Amino acid sequence: MTATTALQAEKVTPRHRVRRISDKTIQTAFILPTMVLLILWNIFPLFYSLYLSFTEYSVISGAPPRWVGFENYRNVLSDPLIWKYFALTGRFALLSVGLQTIIGFAMAMIVRAKFRGSGFITTLILIPMMLSPVVVGKFWAMIYNPTFGPLNYLLGMPPPRGPDWLANPEFALWSVVLVDVWMWSPFVMLLCLSGLKAIPEYLYEAAAIDRASAWFQFWRITLPQVAPLLMIAILFRTIEAFKQFDVVMGLTGGGPGDATELIAVKLYRIAFLGRFDTGIASAFAYIVLIIIIAISNLYIRYLNRLRGEA
Amino acid sequence: MATIELRQVEKKFGQLHAVKPMDLTIHHGEFVVLLGPSGCGKTTTLRMISGLEAVTGGHIYLDGRDVTWLHPSERDIAFVFQFFALYPHMTVLDNIRFPLQAQRVPRAEAEKRVSEIVKMLRIEHLLHLRPGSLSGGDQQRVALARALVRRPAAFLMDEPLGALDADLRESMRAEIKRLHIAHNATTVYVTHDQLEAMALGDRIVVMSAAEIQQVGSPAEVYYKPANLFVARFIGSPGMNLISGRYADGIVYLPGDNRYPVPESWRAPLAQSLKDGEVIIGFRPESAYIRENGALAARVYACDMHGAFNMIHLALGDETNIINVRVDRWVTCPVDAPLRFDIDPEAVRFFDPRTEKALRRSEAQ
Repeated sequence: MTATTALQAEKVTPRHRVRRISDKTIQTAFILPTMVLLILWNIFPLFYSLYLSFTEYSVISGAPPRWVGFENYRNVLSDPLIWKYFALTGRFALLSVGLQTIIGFAMAMIVRAKFRGSGFITTLILIPMMLSPVVVGKFWAMIYNPTFGPLNYLLGMPPPRGPDWLANPEFALWSVVLVDVWMWSPFVMLLCLSGLKAIPEYLYEAAAIDRASAWFQFWRITLPQVAPLLMIAILFRTIEAFKQFDVVMGLTGGGPGDATELIAVKLYRIAFLGRFDTGIASAFAYIVLIIIIAISNLYIRYLNRLRGEA
Repeated sequence: MATIELRQVEKKFGQLHAVKPMDLTIHHGEFVVLLGPSGCGKTTTLRMISGLEAVTGGHIYLDGRDVTWLHPSERDIAFVFQFFALYPHMTVLDNIRFPLQAQRVPRAEAEKRVSEIVKMLRIEHLLHLRPGSLSGGDQQRVALARALVRRPAAFLMDEPLGALDADLRESMRAEIKRLHIAHNATTVYVTHDQLEAMALGDRIVVMSAAEIQQVGSPAEVYYKPANLFVARFIGSPGMNLISGRYADGIVYLPGDNRYPVPESWRAPLAQSLKDGEVIIGFRPESAYIRENGALAARVYACDMHGAFNMIHLALGDETNIINVRVDRWVTCPVDAPLRFDIDPEAVRFFDPRTEKALRRSEAQ
C-alpha cells in the first residue's frame, strides 16, 4: 500500500487509530526485553561482583559476605604465582596473536587474488572459527594424543617415539598456541581481506606509474591501508587471548603442572573448585578486567592515531 | 622528452571496440589533446599509452622503443589521474617524493628536486598536510608535482581539471600551459572540454565512436572540420549546418534562399556531389547581418553573452535554426526579417552521405 492510501484509510476508519500503538511504545517494547536481560545477566553481576571483591565470601559456605576492604586485592597482587600466570598469559597472547596476525594477513593476501575457487577456499578457511572452542579443544587433544593421535604419525614419529605434546611442559603452551592459531587466524584473515578489498585500485595504478616495486607497494600502500582493520583484529584477538579458557580446558586443563595455567583457567579454579573463593575470585576478575581495558586503550589510542592520519 | 607512436593500436572488449585500430604520432615536446565526448575511447587510448591498459592489437613506441608489452613502470611516463589518485595515508611531502623513493634516488638529490617542484607549484605550505584536507586545486597541484618530480619522458593527463570548479579550472589550465612551456615535455592530455583543448593543445585529436575523427591544430579543427561530427562538436555553439541542394553554382537553401557558391568551391562541389545534396556550414562569427545580404531569415531569438550577442535565425521554417554572432549593441525584435551574408573564406561544405567535408584542390 502506498503512503497516501494508508493515510486515507486511517482517516476514514477511526478504529485503526484506537488500535495503533505509538512509536514510543513500540520502541520500549522492543528494547525492554534486552534491557531486562542485560541488567540481570550483565549489569547486576558486574556491580555485585565488584561488591563481592571487597568481601570474604564463598557461594557454597552459606555465610553472608563479610566486608574486608582491599584485603582480597592485596592477597591476589602479592601472590607470586598469580604474577607467573599473568606472565604466562602475556606470553601466550604474544605468540598466539603474533602468529595469527602473520598467518591471517598472509592468507588474506593469497585469497585476495581472484582465482578459480578463491571464494570456496575462503569459506573453507573460515570453518575453524565457526566451531565450538570446547569441541576444537577435545579433537585437537585427540590429534595430539601420543598413542593414537595422527599428528605424530604425520611427523614420521609413530607411537613409542613421538612426544606427548600436551603432557610435555616444554611443548604444552606451544600446542595450545597452535590450536588457537589454527582456530583464529581465519578471523584475522577475514578482517584483513575486507581491508585489502577496500583499497582502491587507482592507488596501485598510481604506484605502478610512480615505478614502485611490488615490495615497495606492499610496505607503503597495502600495509598502511590495511593497518586500521589489522589493528582491530589484533585488538580483538588480544582481548580474547587474555580471556582464553575453553580451548585450554579442552586440551590440557591448565597442565601439565601449571604449564598452561592461563589467568582465566586460574580464575576458574579459584571461583569454582575447592573452596569456591568467590571474594578472591571477584577481585582477581576485576584485576584482569582492568588490565584488559588498559591494553585495549593502548590499541585504541594507536588505532585513532592511524585513523587521524589516514 | 619523447616521441610517442601508435601503430594500429586497438582495444576490444569482447566483440566491442573501445578503440578502433588507430595510428598517431606525438612528436617530441608536443602538447597533444585527445578530445571527444565521454565513451569515445580517449581515456582508453591514454591508458594504453601508459600501460595501465593492455592493447588488444597494434604497437606502441616510445622514442622508437617498442613498449607495447612493458609494465607502466618500465615506460618512463607520468600519469595525472582525473581524481588525483593521491596516497591518502601519506602527507603531501611523502606523496611527492614517493616516486623518488621508489626509485631509490639519493636523499639529498630527492630533497632538492622536491623543493624545486613545490616552489614552482606554490605548495610549500601544504607539505605536512594530508591530501584529504586539501582543496581540489591543491590536490591537483600535488598530483602534478608528483608527476613532475620524476622528470619522465612524457606526461599523460586524464582530464586533470575535470574534478575542479569552473574558475579554478581556468587558472589551473594556465598553470599547466606554463608548466609545459617551462619543461617542454611531450604531453598527452585527455579532455571532453573543447575550450580546454583549444587553449592547451599544439594539436588536437578529435575522437568519437572509438575512432579518430580529425587530427589538427586548434585552428584547423575549428575552421576546417574534417566531417560533420567535428563541425558540431567543436565550438559552442557548434558550426551552423544547413542542408541544401547544389546546382550550377547555387546552393538552394530552405526558405527559398539561394546561396551563390564562391568561385573556388564550384568545381569541387560539382565533382564530388552525386545528386547535388549538400550541407553548408559556417561558424556563428562568419556570418554578417547586412541589409542587402544574400540570404533571408527571420529572428527566432536573440540573447546576450556579455561580450557579444547571439542571434538565432530561422531559415524558412523553424527546423533550420542558425546562430549568428553580432556585436553586443545589436539587438533584434523577435520575428523581424533579416538578411545576412556568409564570409566566403569561412564557408564549408559537407557531403551528407559520407558526412565528410569537401575539399578545395588549392591550398587548404
